Amino acid sequence: MNAPFDPLPAAPLPAAEMPTPIVIVGHVDHGKSTLIGRLLHDTDSLLAGKLEAARLSSEKRGLGIEWSFLLDSLQAERDQGVTIDATRIPFTLGGRGFVIVDAPGHRQFLRNMITGAAGASAAVLVIDVAEGVRDQTRRHAMLLRLVGVAEVIVVLNKADLLAFDRARIDAVSTQITALLASLDIAPHAIIPVSARHGDSIATRSSHLAWYDGPTLTEALAALPRPLPAVSGPLRLAVQDVYRQGERRFVVGRIESGRLAAGDSVAIGAAGHRATITALAGWPTPPAQTAGAGQSVALELAPEVVVTRGDLLYHPSAAPLRARRLATRIFWLRQEPLRLGESFQLRLATAEYKVRVSAIERVVRIDDLSAEAGTEVPPEGFADITLTAAEEVLFDPFRPEGGGRGVLVDGHQHIVGGAPILGIAAGREHVFPLDAAVSHTQRAAAKGYRGAVFWLTGLPGAGKSTLARQAEQRLFADGIDAVVLDGDTLRTGLNADLGFSPREREENVRRTAEVARLMAEAGLVVIVALISPQAAMRAEARRIGGDLFHEIHIAADVATCEARDPKGLYAKARAGALPGFTGIDGSYEAPAAPDLRLDTGRLSVAAAAEALITFIAEAIAPKGAVAEGEEAAPALARL
Amino acid sequence: MTPDMTDLDHLESQSIFILREAYHRLKPLAMLWSLGKDSNVCVWLARKAFLGQVPFPVVHVDTGKKFPEMYAFRERYAKEWGLDLIVGTCPPVEEIDPSLPPAARSAARKTAGLAALIERHRFAGVIAGIRRDEQATRAKERVFSPRGASHRWDVRNQPPEFWDQFVAPIEDGAHVRVHPLLAWREVDIWRYIAREKIPVVDLYFSRDGQRYRSLGDQDITFPVASAAGTVEEIIAELYASREPERAGRAMDHESEDAFERLRVAGYL
Repeated sequence: MNAPFDPLPAAPLPAAEMPTPIVIVGHVDHGKSTLIGRLLHDTDSLLAGKLEAARLSSEKRGLGIEWSFLLDSLQAERDQGVTIDATRIPFTLGGRGFVIVDAPGHRQFLRNMITGAAGASAAVLVIDVAEGVRDQTRRHAMLLRLVGVAEVIVVLNKADLLAFDRARIDAVSTQITALLASLDIAPHAIIPVSARHGDSIATRSSHLAWYDGPTLTEALAALPRPLPAVSGPLRLAVQDVYRQGERRFVVGRIESGRLAAGDSVAIGAAGHRATITALAGWPTPPAQTAGAGQSVALELAPEVVVTRGDLLYHPSAAPLRARRLATRIFWLRQEPLRLGESFQLRLATAEYKVRVSAIERVVRIDDLSAEAGTEVPPEGFADITLTAAEEVLFDPFRPEGGGRGVLVDGHQHIVGGAPILGIAAGREHVFPLDAAVSHTQRAAAKGYRGAVFWLTGLPGAGKSTLARQAEQRLFADGIDAVVLDGDTLRTGLNADLGFSPREREENVRRTAEVARLMAEAGLVVIVALISPQAAMRAEARRIGGDLFHEIHIAADVATCEARDPKGLYAKARAGALPGFTGIDGSYEAPAAPDLRLDTGRLSVAAAAEALITFIAEAIAPKGAVAEGEEAAPALARL
Repeated sequence: MTPDMTDLDHLESQSIFILREAYHRLKPLAMLWSLGKDSNVCVWLARKAFLGQVPFPVVHVDTGKKFPEMYAFRERYAKEWGLDLIVGTCPPVEEIDPSLPPAARSAARKTAGLAALIERHRFAGVIAGIRRDEQATRAKERVFSPRGASHRWDVRNQPPEFWDQFVAPIEDGAHVRVHPLLAWREVDIWRYIAREKIPVVDLYFSRDGQRYRSLGDQDITFPVASAAGTVEEIIAELYASREPERAGRAMDHESEDAFERLRVAGYL
């Protein structure tokens, strides 16, 4: 027996035109695969033997002709009647090429649906008209919006189950129109069909005499052709640098715009300038100009340092840059996304370490309204702020390209998409746009990175003592270290603050802000502050981003009270210090600090040693890029 | 896409992008060279991506049952193209799962030979020139298709892949099958061969009214009726044909799921 569906023979196409990718989406069992099978059959697009094979597969399972078997090629798909993974089928209609992507509608396979949908330029949203809009209808519509598929055709399937009744079909039509309008999508057509029986697929149906819109094939043929991205500013994402003898080639793909030999370009966050001396190629040198979509190899002069992930752009049209990014994510992991989690953000060929620093709004899937939330559920959508360890160069997301952030976890699994909307509102801790020196450059010049080490713990736990010892030792080693002590700050910057909960929060916030500024300026900042509440320290971590390290100086109350270096416990016991942490104010010990030092058991010398070792490791420049030569992987045997 | 790019330019550019991503992310890397039309295009694209010289080994998993013309082709072009050729061998059919239908069982020798070779060289990535339009299960493939230590294709649990972000699993013993030609159609391959003047084995051209449309082992591959004697005539024939490309490959047709079982076990 034959495999049920090998896609179609290639029909002649206009030579210069890529096929239009169309994704078929919608709730599970609303009839996506059946629709495609029927479309292929009714347009006479099936290869020899395919229909017969589908008929045999159907009969073997005691079914009449099951059109979806033309698409569902896996044994498990046919046995369970569910599409598991997207299939791509080339298809021609009136001389125009399409690639039809059959996406799964089962919630469990959203990752497969997105794999099929992200590259599409148009979508057919299939709705079982007897069931109306369901969860996956909403989810898929939302996803279309997020990945930038703006051209949408709606198919109201199984109209035969409603006896083609106009009033009931119109009711669903109104429902879906409102849903799409809330997503700023205006569908090209809303077509009542029966995929099983072929009504309104390739031919008009007598059952639907009242319907005066297009058939599915007419609607497909009328879709606009995908727009070229060449009109945007030049963006070339560097993939690699190859060497052949003395020659060096910067390779990558042009994401938008054009370039030509002789162009002056800026490179990456540092913005070094170079001139494109030539476009190289094999077997013959290529045209000396290239545009969006082309993979190129460039020779540059002078030989500036270029590495993978760098963006090449014309200096007159630079991308945005920021450390705090407003993103609208779709979340693909099977467990929730939580505040404070860290990921790798991939953007074209660049990779940035980012942390989820705020979850602004989470979408409710039952009505697509948004509300505040602390986590994003599996396969959910949300507006979140990502804070990067270094400046991110980006363009805001557009359907034709740019801002296509993807989140990758520590196991190298893609866990979500993060279209970048822009720079996050609120405090933006970046150097001015034209700043000459970045944090990374400072680190490279000084041999260590500025950072914040936040010592939290009970009064008397040893925070100030250890902070001072670390400061002295680091200074002796030539490292600019400084202690920000809670008591000292309260005599100046925070002199206006008392000890109410609100004022304590403000005390922490100001201290965190100052610490971050000093760290960005290249200093190693050691903060000694009780900061008793977990929420306060979470705020400090949010402000500090990746420069922030939480260190718990742990000792139990009895030990601290026995030390009582400032006589405060005695005063508190006497009732002179209401709300004193450890006596009548609570201390929430960190659940997962970056380092915990138990000063009840360790000697001062041993604790200081452990602290200094931790700091030294944290401030070592990471992944230092040697100049040029070592950074470029040499081609073998050249 | 730039307006002056043709569809072939676009396919070529995307394949080069994929090859460069694979070379960056997967070390050590190798490319499978079956000596067929698709893998010749793959080698050609690699030479373009890396400016003339393929910077990783090219592997022929030899069943010992290929056509003599294919071996002659291999010797000639490995030298002419300066390829670092590795030839792998396959175990005898007696060592293969006897529950497979006969032709599939024979084809599975290649899976076993490939698995042994990947383990011996500890390849993190293996580039293969399969296409979505060849066969229904290949239509569901990823560009970077992860394989666990057992080399199995976990078709029910494929990772998301979008916006040209390709990830390499970090599990011990895992590797990635890289598929730079997934988006190409059979006729695109031939149009590209015509445009670039890429050599192919003569068996593709009609002799006595027959030609091979897809090349495998001698005993389980059959020619189709055809008068096409040049690349241009093959292109014209494909535009008119409704016959599937792999009609002459016996293992595809023995049972409904024969090819799926082969692929899940690690066949290409």
